[in-house]
Amino acid sequence: MYQVEDATQLSENVYQIWVNAPQVARHARAGQFLIIRVDETGERIPLTISATKGDSVRVIYMAVGKTTELLATKKKGDVLADIVGPLGTPSEIKNYGTVVVIGGGVGIASTPIIAREAKEAGNHVIGIIGARNKDLLILEDEMEEVCDELFITTDDGSKGVHGFASTVLEGLLKERTIDCVWIVGPAIMMKVTSRVTIPYKVKTFVSLNPIMVDGTGMCGSCRVTVGGETKFACVDGPEFDAHQVDFDSLMQRQRMYTDEEKEAREHFHHHDHHGGCGCCGGKH
Amino acid sequence: MAKEVKDFTEVNKGLTEENAVLEALRCMSCVRPTCVKGCPVGIDIPAFIQKVAEKDFEGAAAVIKADNMLPAICGRVCPQESQCEGACILAKKEKPVAVGALERYVADWEREHGTKLPAVAEPTGKHVAVVGSGPAGLTAAAELARFGHEVTVFESLHEAGGVLTYGIPEFRLPKAIVKAEIEQVKALGVEIRLNHLVGRSVPVEELLGYDAVFLGTGAGLPYFMGIEGENLNGVYSANEFLTRVNLMHANCFPEFDTPVKRGCKVVVVGGGNVAMDAARVARRLGAAVTLVYRRREEDLPARAVEVKNAHEEGVEFLCCANPVRIVGETAVEGVECVRMEMCEVDASGRPKPTCIEGSEFTLEADVFIEAIGQGPNPLLVSMIPGLERARRGNLVVDEDGRTTVARVYAAGDAATGAATVIWAMGSAKTAAAAIDKALKEE
Ligand SMILES: Cc1cc2nc3c(=O)[nH]c(=O)nc-3n(C[C@H](O)[C@H](O)[C@H](O)COP(=O)(O)OP(=O)(O)OC[C@H]3O[C@@H](n4cnc5c(N)ncnc54)[C@H](O)[C@@H]3O)c2cc1C
Ligand SMILES: Cc1cc2nc3c(=O)[nH]c(=O)nc-3n(C[C@H](O)[C@H](O)[C@H](O)COP(=O)(O)OP(=O)(O)OC[C@H]3O[C@@H](n4cnc5c(N)ncnc54)[C@H](O)[C@@H]3O)c2cc1C
Ligand code: SF4
Ligand code: SF4
Ligand code: FES
Repeated sequence: MYQVEDATQLSENVYQIWVNAPQVARHARAGQFLIIRVDETGERIPLTISATKGDSVRVIYMAVGKTTELLATKKKGDVLADIVGPLGTPSEIKNYGTVVVIGGGVGIASTPIIAREAKEAGNHVIGIIGARNKDLLILEDEMEEVCDELFITTDDGSKGVHGFASTVLEGLLKERTIDCVWIVGPAIMMKVTSRVTIPYKVKTFVSLNPIMVDGTGMCGSCRVTVGGETKFACVDGPEFDAHQVDFDSLMQRQRMYTDEEKEAREHFHHHDHHGGCGCCGGKH
Repeated sequence: MAKEVKDFTEVNKGLTEENAVLEALRCMSCVRPTCVKGCPVGIDIPAFIQKVAEKDFEGAAAVIKADNMLPAICGRVCPQESQCEGACILAKKEKPVAVGALERYVADWEREHGTKLPAVAEPTGKHVAVVGSGPAGLTAAAELARFGHEVTVFESLHEAGGVLTYGIPEFRLPKAIVKAEIEQVKALGVEIRLNHLVGRSVPVEELLGYDAVFLGTGAGLPYFMGIEGENLNGVYSANEFLTRVNLMHANCFPEFDTPVKRGCKVVVVGGGNVAMDAARVARRLGAAVTLVYRRREEDLPARAVEVKNAHEEGVEFLCCANPVRIVGETAVEGVECVRMEMCEVDASGRPKPTCIEGSEFTLEADVFIEAIGQGPNPLLVSMIPGLERARRGNLVVDEDGRTTVARVYAAGDAATGAATVIWAMGSAKTAAAAIDKALKEE
């Protein structure tokens, strides 16, 4: 059992939770994730490791379906059934020169830890965080603290630059030499934003989020096509060279269980009691 | 008409006490029992069968447990026809003594009547790390604990058991039985740390800090055919399909949160036990199931009993055919196959299948499951400096399970490639003995 040490709501649908998980916290690096199973009947869901402190680890997530909504009900002192991690290959951090770290929406969760490690490796770090509106911006303070420069964008212009992260990135690429870029956000945002760096031939990493089960390379659920080859995102990634990624196939596979996800969510809202199938011995 | 298959309760029922004793009386208590040679862990088969004949089931259990800590599992899933029973002297005459069924009877009897633990030696002060809690890891852990060593097992999943838990379905191997046998191993003083992926949650340096290391990481890496359409929605590796159902209980969705595509028409490719399990699970989820295999039915590598059960449950067998393309827009709509013909016998002693030009045809399908084999998971082994791997990624080990790195041993599927439960246990036992010897010589 893993104890929740702190849980807060960051914006309309976005939550942050600190959990005691020593085996994860002690070894976590930028770019890695963990898998949570909330309770005995729960699904295993992957979430990016957003920060660590001692034996605790932080994840920030958007409540989009059954499991994340259930997680959002957890408070300080509650326990989660399982946490495994850190999973995935750490970000390829080295001294590139000038790097840009971009977070879109809840994807911003992953950026401070990447920015910090990049800074520690000697890079000049430029952050760009973007959201639909100013209420959905998260971790601005943390990014402000760790980046040498920080740009903020909102789709509606309620804060910072009116527009997208790609607009700011394009501007930066025109003005100066950028040596490496990280983009974390929804698949469509990563697809569009990473296109900007192609003409400049700048190394660009994206963090892919396909559907996973074990997270250890055992099932193949998370397979993605990178440079024409099949890769398992949970062990070969989740970060890959953006210019090699087949985003359309990723987005298609993310929708595999749309009907079931709807059903699970309806079931969650109409039943607070499990039973009937016999799997759980009627305990839940 | 196919048998109705809705539930996941065990298909093969065990023996009654009366039948067990009758069967035991058939054994001739051979002086040089060939059956024992057929058992990879060398259970004293005539001795335990003798006790069954005397209705001393507790005594029978003690004999078995001296060599095998997981008898209720082995009694169910061992391919006895090619092991103990295949080697029984009576196999050639009438039919062999039903060693597996008797072993299962004894183990089930013991579980119902309270189990006795084998003796554990005085603590040696040595600490061994075991990676993986499949049959290899559990066996090594139990053996080492009995020798008096402190044992910590690391398992990446949230439940112990390896393939016994996530792969082999409930209707062949009830999970309550797997859990009970794992509890027995824990009762010997073995600590099992779940949710620990060694190499990530436990760094390699920390692992190598133990007095000895046993790698029982299995062969969990699923192979894909590499054909067009493999990333369409509805295409699964057998590992994923079985894990969703066995480990995550997707058959009970939405009571359990993990979904699985049940499909109306499921096509499974492969001919081994894994393919049979996937096909039989798919049947239970309500689909019409076609199993496509590239050789002839008589070449199926799966156990005969699994093939028979699959037939009875209404799985259609399409032999001498092979999928070449998965058709569909975003999800599977069909599987294009070619007919195969058998040419001259190849190195494996089986005829070589080659495709017949122009024989393409398409099977309608909404789920496609690939059960064409698995290799050792490279994650951890690629992180340990100096650890050599052979063809197909199997770890290089000597006859005692020593790898090419000092104090690191390996057994089970990680060393042999996908094999059987009992071979994993047999090789783990040998490695545990070698570890014990080395630790005591230090
Ligand atoms: C490596 C990785 C890191 C991630 N990091 C974060 C993060 O830091 N914050 C965050 O909010 N989200 C993150 N996600 C996405 C998160 O895992 C999903 O939002 C979550 O699983 C949704 O579960 P649900 O039951 O609440 O919603 P559902 O209704 O089940 O699904 C909603 C969406 O989540 C996706 N999804 C569903 N099940 C899974 C699964 N088992 N694995 C992956 N995706 C799934 C579906 O494609 C769907 O689009 C990450 C995903 C991956 C693969
Ligand atoms: C569907 C299916 C059906 C089968 N049916 C039969 C049958 O009827 N009879 C039979 O004899 N055999 C059968 N087999 C084969 C048999 O299950 C295997 O040969 C046997 O389980 C191998 O045991 P193992 O301990 O070597 O590996 P596994 O059982 O694969 O266990 C390995 C364990 O190690 C864990 N692990 C891996 N890497 C790490 C890491 N880095 N850190 C922590 N943990 C890790 C895995 O999560 C897993 O739990 C079947 C196999 C499958 C897949
Ligand atoms: S362990 Fe397997 S091979 Fe050995 S006697 Fe039992 S059933 Fe036969
Ligand atoms: S070979 Fe057959 S008959 Fe002889 S001891 Fe073994 S089981 Fe009994
Ligand atoms: S999630 Fe199973 S292989 Fe990646």
